[in-house]
Amino acid sequence: MTDVASPHTDPEQKRGLFETLEIDTRLLGMIGAFILICLAFTWYTDGRFLSARNIFNLTIQTVSVAIMATGMVFVIVMRHIDLSVGALLALCSAVMGLLQVRILPQYGIPLGSPLIAPIAMAAGILTGAAVGALNGWLVGYQGVPAFIVTLGGLLIWRNVGWYLTSGQTLGPLDPTFLKFGGSEGTLGVTLSWIIGALAAAAAVWAVWRARQVKERHEFPVKPIGAEVALSVVIAASILGFVYFLNSYLIPDARLKRMFEARGEVMPEGYTEGFGLPISVVVVIVVAIVMTIIALRTRFGRYIFAAGGNPDAAELSGINTRWLTVKVFALMGILCGLSAVIAQARLQNHTNDLGTLDELRVIAAAVIGGTALSGGVGTIYGAILGALIMQSLQSGMAMVGAEAPFQNIVVGVVLALAVWLDIQYRKRTGALK
Amino acid sequence: MTIETKIDPRGTPLVEMRDISISFGGIRAVDHVSIDLFPGEVVGLLGHNGAGKSTLIKCLSGAYHADAGDIFINGEQAVINNPRDARGYNIETIYQTLALADNLDAASNLFLGRELVTPMGFVDDGAMEAETRKIMARLNPNFRKFKVPVAALSGGQRQSVAIARAVYFNARILIMDEPTAALGPHETQMVAELIQELKREGLGIFLIEHDIHAVMKLCDRAVVMKNGARVGTVNVAEVTDDDILGMIILGKKPPQAV
Ligand SMILES: Nc1ncnc2c1ncn2[C@@H]1O[C@H](COP(=O)(O)OP(=O)(O)OP(=O)(O)O)[C@@H](O)[C@H]1O
Ligand SMILES: [Mg+2]
Repeated sequence: MTDVASPHTDPEQKRGLFETLEIDTRLLGMIGAFILICLAFTWYTDGRFLSARNIFNLTIQTVSVAIMATGMVFVIVMRHIDLSVGALLALCSAVMGLLQVRILPQYGIPLGSPLIAPIAMAAGILTGAAVGALNGWLVGYQGVPAFIVTLGGLLIWRNVGWYLTSGQTLGPLDPTFLKFGGSEGTLGVTLSWIIGALAAAAAVWAVWRARQVKERHEFPVKPIGAEVALSVVIAASILGFVYFLNSYLIPDARLKRMFEARGEVMPEGYTEGFGLPISVVVVIVVAIVMTIIALRTRFGRYIFAAGGNPDAAELSGINTRWLTVKVFALMGILCGLSAVIAQARLQNHTNDLGTLDELRVIAAAVIGGTALSGGVGTIYGAILGALIMQSLQSGMAMVGAEAPFQNIVVGVVLALAVWLDIQYRKRTGALK
Repeated sequence: MTIETKIDPRGTPLVEMRDISISFGGIRAVDHVSIDLFPGEVVGLLGHNGAGKSTLIKCLSGAYHADAGDIFINGEQAVINNPRDARGYNIETIYQTLALADNLDAASNLFLGRELVTPMGFVDDGAMEAETRKIMARLNPNFRKFKVPVAALSGGQRQSVAIARAVYFNARILIMDEPTAALGPHETQMVAELIQELKREGLGIFLIEHDIHAVMKLCDRAVVMKNGARVGTVNVAEVTDDDILGMIILGKKPPQAV
């Protein structure tokens, strides 16, 4: 007997509301959790938590971990792990610090030269790429478990940095370089609004284009009202975020200095908002690029295939060893980029930069729904995960919780997030 | 080694695997086996569990590299070091394990390693899903689960995806390792019709199959293996199913066999 599908058993008829609207319930849950955390702290701190100043600081504190977490998603999706990211960040930072403070000035490229920041950044990122590729080669071609390779790296790379710098703090850094740190380099109110508006327009365009593609292939589409609502929510969130960052005002003293530097006098009662920090623009660009890689490129498709079933990927003609090298090298590149931002934010190279970042980065990816068993994970999840962790940490610091207690809470949240994730998957029976 | 000097009236074989051997540790999984395949022919590969059937065809599909022996495609020596090489010779394989990435949907699996891309070089999921819907309509019209990871499919539905992947890319040589093991009777019937259709189109097919009736119905020749070695090859039209069963179970070669 063949199972001729009757209308009652046709699986497509039984789809729930969320499914018809193709709403990602996991994303919804994470956003809900994030909003809950924010509301709780806002209530505890009489609104200080949601002040423009705190949102601004929270965002720039999240950037470094968020950037690395996007790379960690790929590493974990491929069933590997990278414990060396914090140590590698320190090494990249050491290389960039040495170039700016000691080496390049000797070759006639002093601090303030337009060349010094690009050269230092390129060298730092290349260092990350090289070490990452080495990790990937050991894992992919030599078959050493990633846990071991990068546990070794955790011990090695920070101390190589220490050796190169003799353990010294390196500063001051190049002024252009410092612009990547956060409050030193912001885009100002007008430019931020323009970028926000463009981003909102692009997001709405993406939603509509996806709909058009479906219509072209005659696949089922969501009700038009749902698409409109989705577009409105996305655009409003982007513009609301810009509004928050724009309403954080540059302190008076600093404004005066800025006017003096231009040889002008600040008019009475003049105010100006910070706007989007460059570092936040960087993390947004990284998030978009990594999402495109994950969803729209062969490279990304192969990462997920190899994580889901390494044998199947190999039998489909995918060179999974080379893929491993590329994924770890990409992780290294992102460590280098994070090093730029972490160092610029601190305005110095110090040898303990990024200490324990490996744990924060892995936790961010995992809270964001990346499964350690491989094959599953999203970039936006990792970024939300990083944001949730940073909110918890700075919220608790604001409330005055002691450091050990802060760590306890973050640890509990990590375990809870994974538990919830497993329950979610059991209930929906979904892998995604 | 037997040297076959007789000239085959059917011309050059599409595939000729000569004297293939491969061991895992101490186990001789395939022991000096030679088989061949002509265009428009279905060759059944039979034998007990662990006889070495899957291992033998994996040497042709590029999953394994034989320790010894040569492979000829259209009379020319072929170098097959990995699955990419095999695909280059238009060899497609349905593996016994199906080799699907469970976390990806049917279309992503069907095109894995050969994605359709947009002019900008991005994977074109819309086009791939549309193609997948077309081929599935032909192979398994009841198939509807295009949006979910294949982990959420039934065994038979997964097998349909694996079959679709093998036939979509215009193979000249098709390897099917127990392709109907998980299928219902109607779907099995459809695969049988598919095999006959592909045969008419001139493909050569290696079919690993335990169901002796299916072998009698679909295959032109049958090769029987036992403990890694070839027992014999028979023209299916010249023997009874009892003859073949005798070869499989007792390793007894009927007089018609070569
Ligand atoms: N990767 C491997 N490592 C070690 N031994 C292997 C491997 N693959 C196959 N073998 C061994 O080789 C022999 C042949 O296995 P093979 O899978 O080819 O059998 P088969 O004829 O396909 O059996 P079945 O009908 O059960 O599928 C078995 O003894 C098996 O244990
Ligand atoms: Mg087998």
